[in-house]
Formats: sequence, C-alpha cells, structure tokens
Amino acid sequence: MYRYDEFDQALVNDRVEQFREQVNRRLSGELTEDQFKPLRLMNGVYLQLHAYMLRVAIPYGTLSANQLRTLADVARRYDKGYGHFTTRQNIQFNWPALKDIPDLLSELAQVEMHAIQTSGNCIRNVTADQYAGVAAGEVEDPRVYAEIIRQWSTLHPEFSFLPRKFKVAVTGCREDRAAVAVHDVGLRMTRDDAGEPGFEVLVGGGQGRTPVIAKTIRNFLPKRHLLSYLEAVLRVYNQLGRRDNAFKARIKILVNSVGADEFARMVEEEWQAMPDQELDLPDGELERIQAYFAPPAYHDLPDDPPAYAAWRRHDPEFARWVQANVAAHKQPGYAIVNVSLKPHGGAPGDATAEEMEAVAELADRFALGEIRVTHEQNLTLPDVRQEDLYELWQALAHHGLATANVGLISDIIACPGLDYCSLANARSIPVAQRIQERFADLDRQHDIGELKVKISGCINACGHHHVGHIGILGVDKKGQEFYQLTIGGSADETASLGEIVGKGFAYDEVVDAVETLVDAYLEHRARGEAFLDTYRRVGAEPFREKLYAAD
Amino acid sequence: MPLIDRTGWAVTDPWVEVETLEELPDGQAAILPAEVFQEHRHALDGRNAALGVRLPNDQPVDEIAPDLHRLDAVVLEFPAFKDGRAYSQARLLRQRHGYTGEIRATGDVLQDQAIFLVRCGFDRFEVDAHTAERWQAALRRISVVYQPGRDDSTPAPWRRHARRAAE
Repeated sequence: MYRYDEFDQALVNDRVEQFREQVNRRLSGELTEDQFKPLRLMNGVYLQLHAYMLRVAIPYGTLSANQLRTLADVARRYDKGYGHFTTRQNIQFNWPALKDIPDLLSELAQVEMHAIQTSGNCIRNVTADQYAGVAAGEVEDPRVYAEIIRQWSTLHPEFSFLPRKFKVAVTGCREDRAAVAVHDVGLRMTRDDAGEPGFEVLVGGGQGRTPVIAKTIRNFLPKRHLLSYLEAVLRVYNQLGRRDNAFKARIKILVNSVGADEFARMVEEEWQAMPDQELDLPDGELERIQAYFAPPAYHDLPDDPPAYAAWRRHDPEFARWVQANVAAHKQPGYAIVNVSLKPHGGAPGDATAEEMEAVAELADRFALGEIRVTHEQNLTLPDVRQEDLYELWQALAHHGLATANVGLISDIIACPGLDYCSLANARSIPVAQRIQERFADLDRQHDIGELKVKISGCINACGHHHVGHIGILGVDKKGQEFYQLTIGGSADETASLGEIVGKGFAYDEVVDAVETLVDAYLEHRARGEAFLDTYRRVGAEPFREKLYAAD
Repeated sequence: MPLIDRTGWAVTDPWVEVETLEELPDGQAAILPAEVFQEHRHALDGRNAALGVRLPNDQPVDEIAPDLHRLDAVVLEFPAFKDGRAYSQARLLRQRHGYTGEIRATGDVLQDQAIFLVRCGFDRFEVDAHTAERWQAALRRISVVYQPGRDDSTPAPWRRHARRAAE
C-alpha cells in the first residue's frame, strides 16, 4: 500500500497544527461558529445531536494493521471504545471533545492518517473497489489513480469552497463494487481500441433527495489527462453549480438542468482551453505510486487445496461462511476474506477497539498486514492463503467476527438515524436490528440468497436506500416514524434506482413488510435467481399485490 | 480596510472605487463595476489614468477578456467566505487570459484562505487589521502543495523527482 514520503507527512503534520490554531481561535471566541463551521468541516468535524463527531479518512478504504491498531487506540482513549465504519470507507468517532481533537489528529498523523476533506463542500475522500489489486479481470489497480486524485485534491486552491460536497469513486474493472454510478464523478477503467488503459468518465450521479444515476460524458479518457479533465469538470461546476439552495447544489442538479450532452460540451471546451500538459505528472511519478501497489510476492500454491476442501465438507458452518464471506482471488491458492461488521443485534459498521485489534492481529498473521474497508461497512482481508482459511475463520469466530452473512439480508447498510443524527426523521439502526432478528436463521438467509437491504433515517439517504434491493426510507408522518419501501435499486455495474412500492409502514409494521417482500420473491423466483433478478423479470406488481393484499 | 499584498505587507491603496461614469475622477486610478465599464467601454478610450473593474462572482471572466489589456486591476468578490467562485475567476484570468495586472480579493476574506488565494493568482487583499497581522504566518502554515499554482512553491510531485534527478 501507499506510504507517505516526507512531503506527504509534512502536509499532514502542518494541517494538524493549522487545525489546532483554528480550534483555539474558536474556543477563544475569535472565530464565530459560522466562520469556524467550514473550517472544521473541511477537517472532518461535525456537530451531531449529542456531541462533536470526527470522521477520519481511510483513502480508498485501504488500511495497514498498524493503522487499524491506532484507530482502536483512538476509540479507547477519545471515544467510548468503538468506532463506526462508514459508506465512504471512512471511520467515525462519535464522542471526542473538540479540545482533544488536535491531539487525536496528531496521533493519527504518526501513522499517516488524517481527517482532511472528510466533510465540507470540497472534494471528499476518494473511494475505490475494496477488491482492488486482487480481483480478477482488472484493467489496472484503481488505487493508483485514487491516490493520485487524493494528492491532487488535497487542499486544492481552486476547489476547496465548492457549491456542495464532491465525491469521486474509481473502479478498475467491469464489476462495480465502488458504486461509481451514484457518485459526482465515477471513473471506470477501460481500454480503448488500441488496448491502451484509460477511464470512462461518469458524472452527476448521487443519492440524497434527488437520486440520479450518473451519465457517461466521456467514453475514453487517456490516463495522462485524468487530472486536467477532472479540473475542467470541477471548474465548470464551481462556477455554475447552484449556491442559493443547498439541496440543489450538487453537480447532478447542474447536469440535469443543462443536460448531459451540454455539460459534456462545456467540460470539453474548458478542458481544451487549458494550458497543455500543465497537470501531467512529472516523469516517474506514476511509476513511483504504482510501485506501492505492486502485487505482493505470491507463492505458487495449488488452487483449492485438499485440506481446504475437506474442512468445507466436514464443517458446514465453515462452508457456509466460505460461501457468503469468501470471494475469488486472482491468484490461485489465495482468497479474499470479508469480515462482517453486521453481527445480529449490532449497529451496522460499528467495531469495538478489541475487534479492531483482533482484525489487525489476524491481518498480520494471515493477510500480509493489510485491511480494506468496504462501502457496505464491512472489512476485507485481501490476501489470504486458502490453506489458512479454516484457522482464520476459527480465530474470527473466537472474536465474534465470523458472521456468515456478507451480501445476505442481514448485511444491512444503515445510517445512524434518529438515535444519533440531528437530521433524521426516524430510527434506522433498530430497524436493521429487528430485520436481523427476524431473519436470524442463517440457513434461511442463505436460502434467500443475495439481498441488499439499505436503510436511511431521512431523505438525505446516507443509508443508500435508493440503491438497495430493498430500500427503507424513514419519514416523519405527523410526528410518527413511518417507513417507505422501495425495491429494485442497485449500485453495481447494472445500477438502478429503486421504485416505491406503495404507502409506507409504521415502525411496528416495517419488518413484517420486508418479510412479505421476501416471501413474494421466494414465490416467484426461478431457479438460480437472486431477489434483484426476479424483480427485474417480473416487475414490482407481484410484490405490491402481496404487500397490500389485505387493503 | 487595510490593503495587503501577497506577503501580508500593508500597501497604500491608490484606487478609488466609483459606481458610475460621472463619478470617475480625472487623472486618478479608479475601479468601476464591470457592467458600467462594459457599457461605456468606448467612452473610456484614451482615459488618462489607471482603470480597474469589479467583477461579480457570477459573471464569467470571458466577458471582460477582450479588454483585459487596458485594465490594471480586477476586483473579485467573496460575498461569503464559503462562496468559492472567485477562485476560478482568478485562475482563469491568470492561466487562460495571461492577465498580469492586479487581482484583488474583497469581501469575507480570512487568513484561512490565504494560501488558496495566493495560489490562484490573487495579489491584493482587503482584510481587517487582525487578519493582516496573521497573514504571513497563515501563508507559511502549510509547507507542502500538490498542485501547480501561481505562488513560488514547487508541488510535491515535482520536488520528489527534482530531488531524484539531482541525486
């Protein structure tokens, strides 16, 4: 993975001291809360319902074991012993005191971490496929370009006060685990007719109260023009994006209002007028960054060794975990392991300091010391030998980290909801927990198969409900929590927005309603079909009929 | 309001700002609203003193581009600290149009913007006395940049490879 050199380190250290001064100016009253707000937001500090919250960047979701141990230490010393992994592959601490945050950041800086641009109206932490570098069929490792974008976007002089936040995601292959179609800019690596690698550029995707699937504005962008083209996109947006209404300020609104073709033309014109090559990286810089992401020295191992196959035969629980949580690795004899942070009854994405330390230790022992955070709020160990899987599984189980539910109905994305967030209309986490309870039987979950449930406590859609196979949106109806259900959303390479099934459900009814949707799917599914496939084949009607049959 | 240069030095302000053509003083450097300037651009031919314009941040710089050679200053506005449109205007003036005259930042300008402003090509700043005092320290606060800009800093990617080449 990428390591800081003295320049990267100096910038992060400087930013900590700059923020320390800004906090002091706020505490002394020199800065008003209005003036301090954009400054603290640009360094990841939110004011939540009960306290300040700090969001720490995990660029493109890649962590070393040592960094994860430091996050555990921070959780213990500055928080209540846990952290919350987010849908932007970051981690949030919900209880630090403002006066302690500079020291906390200073501790993070020692392990090459920061909170720069994890919130605010600027270019946010760049996300990427959590299987980057280990997935088969990749054009190139997307983290190389995510790191280039991270550096370029850090304290960008022109784009630090945008109309609204700006999110970029990069995927290196056709399979899209990074949800590029619901980002302000999505980059999909591809090749041109001559076989040269480059990017398909998507723009104007997003969720929130106006969900939009991004449009392709350039089918192929050569790699060397990545930064200049991004500057052109950002410059058009910075000048023309709306600033009169925060809800209409994202780039998707601009793209929708002028049309994707016209937006593409404006970007092209801006781009063509830029000084040639000013933003091309100096010779050797791409190679320098690529070297950090070079594949490790894999051993020549047999694929699916006999012992691994035997354990799967003899231990059905292990086999079930393998089926849900282990993914194919590009290298024979290796596997990608997903560690579920969705134990039944827990808060999705939460991890205690002890759990973080356990994963760090297991990453060191079994996975070359590297961990990924997924946008679905789980952790991934990208390089595990298949022959070690059984031992790893036992160790994970010992720490309560072997829930075999990745991609299944209890692997839910949920926002913090009314329990923690000042914007929410309804609770999210308790709904997730009740669904997990209802479907607690893992055999039943495995029988249902892949089903992504996503819950947002308000229309801002932090829980990604628009792209849930089943989406649940909490609304306020005359002071009561109500939940609107959508079906058929997806954030992968076949991205689509869910459609509303009908009138909403009260808090006490929503889990029954979800179960009814699942039953409708089970009645209609053809052999081998997942929930989304069945919906796409039969449409929403059979689901509606079953759901509102009594009405 | 004190006027400072890029390094935070207080400079005397030779400019007067007027709203209409009639108020334009003879023989003294003056700034007009861009709109007034555009309307009367021919009437201003042969004026005997320096001329500048104040450009609102929702107006494209392209509109004044044909006249930049006769403008000695462009004043750009920050109606609120978080409204960053003028950064793009300044960069376009310098980068695309090769403008070498004064670019002044006015409005809600805080020390926390100092590096961004200077790097986008601003070189005069209307700030309060308190901000003026802290400007220099604020400029030095971050010692590394990643992007090319209008200041003297070499971005980190180039510093890395210059060092390697020298070794």
